[in-house]
Amino acid sequence: MFRRLHEGATPLPFTFEGEAVEGREGDSVAAALLALGHDATRETGVSGAPRGPYCMMGVCFDCLVMIDGVGNRQACLVPLRAGMEVRRQRGRRKAGA
Amino acid sequence: MTRAFDIAVVGGGIVGLAVARGLAGRGLGVAILDEGDVARRASRGNFALVWVQSKGLGMARYGAWTTGSAALWPGFAAALRAETGQDVSLAQPGGYSLCLSEEELDRRRAAMMRMHNQPGWEPIPWEVQDHDRIARAMPGLGRDVVGGVFCPLDGHVNSLRLFRALHASALARGATYLPDHPVRDIAPLPGGGFRITTAQGEIEAGRIVLAAGLGNAALAPMVGLTAPVRPQRGQVLVTERTAPFLPHPVATLRQTDEGSVMIGDSKEENPVDEAVGPGVLAAMARRAARMFPVLGGLNIVRSWGALRVMSRDGFPVYDESETAPGAFLVTCHSGVTLAAAHSEVLAPMIAGGGLEDSVAAFSARRFDVPSAA
Ligand SMILES: Cc1cc2nc3c(=O)[nH]c(=O)nc-3n(C[C@H](O)[C@H](O)[C@H](O)COP(=O)(O)OP(=O)(O)OC[C@H]3O[C@@H](n4cnc5c(N)ncnc54)[C@H](O)[C@@H]3O)c2cc1C
Ligand code: FES
Repeated sequence: MFRRLHEGATPLPFTFEGEAVEGREGDSVAAALLALGHDATRETGVSGAPRGPYCMMGVCFDCLVMIDGVGNRQACLVPLRAGMEVRRQRGRRKAGA
Repeated sequence: MTRAFDIAVVGGGIVGLAVARGLAGRGLGVAILDEGDVARRASRGNFALVWVQSKGLGMARYGAWTTGSAALWPGFAAALRAETGQDVSLAQPGGYSLCLSEEELDRRRAAMMRMHNQPGWEPIPWEVQDHDRIARAMPGLGRDVVGGVFCPLDGHVNSLRLFRALHASALARGATYLPDHPVRDIAPLPGGGFRITTAQGEIEAGRIVLAAGLGNAALAPMVGLTAPVRPQRGQVLVTERTAPFLPHPVATLRQTDEGSVMIGDSKEENPVDEAVGPGVLAAMARRAARMFPVLGGLNIVRSWGALRVMSRDGFPVYDESETAPGAFLVTCHSGVTLAAAHSEVLAPMIAGGGLEDSVAAFSARRFDVPSAA
């Protein structure tokens, strides 16, 4: 479980899997999810195994989530914004969704 | 002590490996002399089509040779799987070339007709299809596509797995792979055979097959052959993996067995290197997104450039030296498509002692025609 070094930053409300949660100003989506204790944030396209943010720098693609209806977004590269709707990426993205 | 082999294959790309595999399957002691991991290889940057429809304008024999290889591919893929456990994901559902204007379609149709009207042409099935017909087979087709050419013989593979399977199969059949052995010099020996100088000492071989891609240009004259090959750069874009939505490969885009869409492939002359550039990539992406608008919403995750091994007329060069008997040259542009023919047809000829009349059209002697002033 991750713990924040600084608790001061402004809270940002968003939803994960439809549930209202909170991150902090300056978080990436991945950082916010990890801070909330979600270390499995997608299911792989091949076997459906659980995976979560790993490299936190855009290379491993294990942090894929659906953000505001757009699939396969790298949560570690997307700055968190208030009101984002974040969902797990379940299996392969469908082109066009 | 100098190591000695029945036959040395210079070059460990898919052409050299396909030939080496075929030779090793005939009981010959085969050495594959290759450069190291950092070598430029068309074999690891290609588009992976097993492609028939556009092959042979200017040389009817090349059309039949390509069609023959495509027909051998199912058995070849099955053999590779049995020998190595690697599934190269061959699919031959038929493929399209798509046109974005009437002029483009007219040009494409005219080229197909010219190809099919050549003397000696062995007919292949193909047809021009209009937008609606293609859209029924390829849902999501963009409105800008006016039509295209469909050929039921076209297909594709996973070419990196093909590369790996060829390695594994050649080794399983007893070939010796020698990486970091770039060949510097080849000397035909007085009593027959060759002394080959590599960066790591000398090797002797009874026969030698030059299959070193672009490296052939420098090596061929050492055994009395010519290999007029030049680099031509191609760039490829790769999208994120998605659920399958493209049931057929298109000449310029295809969805891989693993779900990525590959978009290619430019043809750039006089490249200084393998670098990619945004101008060409943007143009490729724009055309692809007009063909299938849904592509516009996908993330691009990789791009690369690679150098094609292009002969003067674009057709393969298969040759046997007159001055240094036992020296062969095998090089071509479409080495994925032709891998089956190289392994199952050409290699047995080389093992058996010589190239046969059926491949005589591919000799570099065809370039010895004096050009008009
Ligand atoms: C962008 C692009 C797209 C393509 N798309 C397709 C396609 O869709 N379908 C298709 O059929 N084909 C395609 N091709 C062509 C195909 O990739 C090539 O025909 C094939 O890879 C050529 O293989 P090769 O072994 O001759 O050459 P390479 O892969 O270049 O290998 C040559 C080998 O020789 C070695 N070598 C060179 N010099 C020496 C030396 N002096 N001593 C020892 N070793 C040496 C090199 O290290 C290398 O390993 C494409 C190519 C490119 C670049
Ligand atoms: S955590 Fe590795 S790409 Fe996002």
